[in-house]
Amino acid sequence: MWRRSPSFILDRTSSSPPMAADTTRTPIQNPDSISAYYQTRAAHHGVITSEWLSQAQAAVGGVVSGDEHPVSSLNELGNEKSFNVIEEFNSWRKQPDLAEAVAAIRALAAVIRASEATTMMELEIELKKASDTLKSWDKTSISLTAGCDLFIRYVTRTSALEYEDFNSAKSRLLERAEKFGEISCKARRIIAMLSQDFIFDGCTILVHGLSRVVLEILKTAAQNNKLFRVLCTEGRPDGTGVLLSSELSKLDIPVKLLLDSAVAYSMDEVDMVFVGADGVVESGGIINMMGTYQIALVAHSMNKPVYVAAESYKFARLYPLDQKDMAPALRPIEFGLKIPTKVEVERSARDYTPPQYLTLLFTDLGVLSPSVVSDELIQLYL
Amino acid sequence: MESRRNPRAVVDPKVRQVGFFTSSQPDSSSTQQQQQQTDPIPASASSPPVSTISPSGNSLSPVMIPPPRLNSSDTFPLRGAAAGASSAVSPSSFSYSNRRDFPDGSTTASPGRHSRGSFVKSSTPVASSLPGIGMDSMAAAKSSSVPASGLTTVSVVTMPPGLAEKASGMEVQSDQKKNPKSLKEKTTKAERRAIQEAQRAAKAAAKADGGKVPPGTSASVASTSVKVAKPAKPSTQKNEVSVAAGVTEKKGGPSEKDRKKDAPHPRMQYDDESRVVKAKRRAVVKQTEAKNRVELFRHLPQYEHGTQLPDLETKFFQLDPMHPAVYKVGLQYLSGDISGGNARCIAMLQAFQEVVKDYSTPPEKNLNRDMTAKISSYVSFLIECRPLSISMGNAIRFVKNRIAKLPITLSESEAKAALQSDIERFINDKIIGADMVIVKHAVTKIRDGDVLLTYGSPTAVEMILLHAHELKKKFRVLVVDSRPKLEGQLLLRRLIKRGISCTYTHINAISYIMHEVTKVFLGASSVLSNGTVYSRVGTACVAMVASAFRVPVLVCCEAYKFHERVQLDSICSNELGDPNAISKVHGREDINYLDGLTNNANLQFLNLMYDATPSDYISMIITDYGMVPPTSVPVIVREYQKEHLLV
Repeated sequence: MWRRSPSFILDRTSSSPPMAADTTRTPIQNPDSISAYYQTRAAHHGVITSEWLSQAQAAVGGVVSGDEHPVSSLNELGNEKSFNVIEEFNSWRKQPDLAEAVAAIRALAAVIRASEATTMMELEIELKKASDTLKSWDKTSISLTAGCDLFIRYVTRTSALEYEDFNSAKSRLLERAEKFGEISCKARRIIAMLSQDFIFDGCTILVHGLSRVVLEILKTAAQNNKLFRVLCTEGRPDGTGVLLSSELSKLDIPVKLLLDSAVAYSMDEVDMVFVGADGVVESGGIINMMGTYQIALVAHSMNKPVYVAAESYKFARLYPLDQKDMAPALRPIEFGLKIPTKVEVERSARDYTPPQYLTLLFTDLGVLSPSVVSDELIQLYL
Repeated sequence: MESRRNPRAVVDPKVRQVGFFTSSQPDSSSTQQQQQQTDPIPASASSPPVSTISPSGNSLSPVMIPPPRLNSSDTFPLRGAAAGASSAVSPSSFSYSNRRDFPDGSTTASPGRHSRGSFVKSSTPVASSLPGIGMDSMAAAKSSSVPASGLTTVSVVTMPPGLAEKASGMEVQSDQKKNPKSLKEKTTKAERRAIQEAQRAAKAAAKADGGKVPPGTSASVASTSVKVAKPAKPSTQKNEVSVAAGVTEKKGGPSEKDRKKDAPHPRMQYDDESRVVKAKRRAVVKQTEAKNRVELFRHLPQYEHGTQLPDLETKFFQLDPMHPAVYKVGLQYLSGDISGGNARCIAMLQAFQEVVKDYSTPPEKNLNRDMTAKISSYVSFLIECRPLSISMGNAIRFVKNRIAKLPITLSESEAKAALQSDIERFINDKIIGADMVIVKHAVTKIRDGDVLLTYGSPTAVEMILLHAHELKKKFRVLVVDSRPKLEGQLLLRRLIKRGISCTYTHINAISYIMHEVTKVFLGASSVLSNGTVYSRVGTACVAMVASAFRVPVLVCCEAYKFHERVQLDSICSNELGDPNAISKVHGREDINYLDGLTNNANLQFLNLMYDATPSDYISMIITDYGMVPPTSVPVIVREYQKEHLLV
């Protein structure tokens, strides 16, 4: 890599200016250059407990009624639409069990509900505008972008809408939005069921990152009385592995905590690797927490299967060619020691794992090989 | 270990044909015996039908053609003789005719039947294909002296069951032409047939005798094949006599078929002599076939360059059915004035638009059918000028489909207008519009500071580079080129004119230059459904080097060039260019070492036009449906074809 001078230079220069450019373009960009997505993740990591999760389970069904209030109040304020959407989105996002995409979908549904449009076309434009503001609010979040895109497709791509009068069409749209939100919530359950066939008694599973889907999978496996062992990576800097291991130990699953750098050392005893995904891209590769790529590389070279658990709303029409081919998602990293100002720090929060290092993707569409992702996306978007 | 070494032999391309030859009753026993000697595994001996096809039996199969590369001393004279076809009695003619028979399309026939059929044909097509070279006279001369011997062999040999009727049918046809007409009046059908058989037998005998004579018969295989061939042949003759009545009925069949498939199949196998002859008879453009073709690529058409153009020009007024627009485009293909997938396709479609404009339905004919037939004949003319590209094939399919789908209620002028606008829309949406979309997608992948490599002169990539430059992206371009076309220079010229910083190099330096490249942009002639990219020769090399250096390879290709075919190598379907282009360097008289060697039998030139890049070396395909991995080409093909028919 070092020989490729241009990209090397590019890396240097890109670390500061591009963010500035971004903030000037979008006024509602979150204040500092830190990725909002990873900020929320970090915040959630602090509070995710089994109580939270059980509460969230209940919320899947009944959440709509409880949160009706903020929607209406905001509408009455009569603020401009963009503000409205983001507030709405943030209020949904506060719930740790609600994935970002689902929050976005709920927020967009609220937009439909609040809309004063009188024609389908108007409504569609309004929806489009809202989703655009949402997307530009946090460009680093892939699932947010993907969720918005998917919702727009799902809601508007129906011929039935053309034959009805506006009000029934609108209520139908809302119906679809609700249904879509529900499907997204159910997805995690489906994935957990699908993955059970792959966990066999006596196996050792390496887990990286704190993925709600992976946790659900392991929990379901434990409930099914499967005997297995979990190795958790530490997951610097958030300590995701520490949280996950404490969750698992509550379920009486034998857990061992590893340093992030001890993956290759312990790969010998591992039978399979489970990771979540922030986004699944068109090539079939995944974008996930930093470190996933190197774990996949190690696993691939030792012929261990790498399984990815991801809901289908994380499928994004992106196609990164290499690690640098994405908008950088930065976050603060604490090294404990004081770092001289001359020393650069790599602050990227995520990496891209190419599809050839992945074995299977567990999604609510079924268990897919990486190449199928693109097929699904083409069918969805074309 | 011994058993493992045997199958190796099958991998040799020549020996592959053994799959077609199961034993006829007499020789199967011999092969089996020998097989038991060589093959230590008893299982294969216990199941004869399998064993005869098996590789171990193959080396002893009487009908096997001696693999040319085993005895290279033998092959070269053979090839020369084959290409020249100077004398039918030469030792080479036997193996020549065999070789030609091998790819003959009748794959549906059972292996056994095919093997026997091939013998029958081996004697005849030489005569039918070379009517001018004294075969007739020779046959006539022999006819008086040999008939008796021919008849005796018929009586001696027992007839094996299930003979190749198709083969005999063809034979009859060719014989009929060969026969002097005076015979017909005097003799009855049976008599005539007998005489023919005699002639043929005599010829074969003469050939076989000659086959034993030559000094260089190092291959014992060759001699065995000749020996076994003799008994096999009369048996077919007898059968023929017995089915003579049936054959006469069938005679009408093939000629009708001939008329039907007026256009030569786009992927015709050009080493199949009989088909080539048939195609030639229909051909408008008289192409002289190049001599000394490379063994592995004999199935592809290769013509002497530059000979046919004056001939065609003089013929202009004789070719009454050809529309001048089509004629013009054909000539432009032939002379190389129009090249590049999109340009060729657009030129063809525009010619078809002209055709539609000037078309009027002949009385008592249906517009849909007549127009389709017309387009077919034009297409066959264009194929003769230059083999179709896959993109053109898709475009033709579209045009024909539109014609077929025209509602019968439309008046002629309405139908013509509809067709013209359909073609116009295809050009605008699928070619020009698609390029726009590709450019839009591809530009997002170009970042400041990139070094982009491109090979040859792909139009889509040129548009991308120019557009990226307009967007004020800072990048450098490496244009890699290769002889003999040197298309890259044209691209280079246009890029430099716009002020893009470029580096120009030949493909020889690719491994040196690759380390500074950040992305490789390539064009494609076609993308096949297994993700294989079929493109200008040299592309595979560039893609492989790039992937070895872990540089992403982006292929830009419009979706109308996608095809559901699967191709694993660049051998079975390709195009051969002018061999002179690689043997001579213009403007360098001092290094023309090959002057005067072009017709040497020991020298073959291979100027391939395309190659196939496996999908492993391709990171992304940029098409008008977005950026997709090579694995999802079949999805696009499926979706596209659906839409394609609905447009």
